[in-house]
Amino acid sequence: MITVVVNDTPRPTRRGETVADLLAVLDVPSRGVAVAVNGEVVRRADWPAHRLLDGDRVEVLTAAQGG
Amino acid sequence: MDDRFVLGGVEFGSRLILGTGGASSLQSLEQALLAGGTELVTVALRRVDPNTPAGLLDVLERCGVRLLPNTAGCYTAADAVRTAHLARDAFDTDWIKLEVIGDERTLLPDAVELLRAAERLVDDGFTVLPYTTDDPVLARRLADLGCAAVMPAGAPIGSGLGISNPHHIQLIREAVRCPVILDAGIGTASDAARAMELGCDAVLLASAVTRAADPVAMSTAMRHAVIAGRLASQAGRIPVRRHALASTPAEGLPTW
Repeated sequence: MITVVVNDTPRPTRRGETVADLLAVLDVPSRGVAVAVNGEVVRRADWPAHRLLDGDRVEVLTAAQGG
Repeated sequence: MDDRFVLGGVEFGSRLILGTGGASSLQSLEQALLAGGTELVTVALRRVDPNTPAGLLDVLERCGVRLLPNTAGCYTAADAVRTAHLARDAFDTDWIKLEVIGDERTLLPDAVELLRAAERLVDDGFTVLPYTTDDPVLARRLADLGCAAVMPAGAPIGSGLGISNPHHIQLIREAVRCPVILDAGIGTASDAARAMELGCDAVLLASAVTRAADPVAMSTAMRHAVIAGRLASQAGRIPVRRHALASTPAEGLPTW
């Protein structure tokens, strides 16, 4: 197992897990979601291929009221 | 009268742009958006939170509005650019309300960071709608960079103070060719009408409606205020005089 930090919360994760795998187990909305890993945007098209590494900091964002 | 409002190459029937921040519930928000007749609505991007009720995007879809994601909460150009790219990926839109805040107390823009972020985002192909100060020179610089509009603050966000410096809003209208959208500070309907009378092309507001005791009534008021202000701005108002000018002719007045 490795540990990735998702929205500031450490989370044990299987080695080789991708962004798409992570989102599948998180309670995220079906649309309007964006992801950054270590401050870099990971585009939706790249979610299935982008493997998470130990210590990665993942931000999972979605629509919120504002502005 | 042909009075189209074209923003970023898209034509809008309404000149009222509403923000979604501050609404007490999604139901209240939906009713207020419909009452205002808006066609363009801001959304923010925040961390996924299982405790936040889902469905904001469903509400906006039902209302048939276009999304305008914002970069609220960003204090640097780098943060704002990153947020804009995330918003583009999340919402499938190149439109971004660019906010780069410089001061926590006033939430007024940081001009230096704002220009940096605007330049970068225009280069990256975004339709950039920057929230700016009421400085006509900064507005011109933003327009020259290729922003699709400039959005000067009437007063600090959420303050309800109205338009602190109407003269500057007029100067901005004269300084740029792109649409001018009064953003922030609106407290009540007369503020929105005033913004339009000053020559603004549209008004963006949130708190004035969402935090009003009756958001639907206030949204309805804003809808009418924007229409009234726009009509008045195009109608050629009478000059201001220091003394009266009788509207009833003196001719034919009987003598006694």
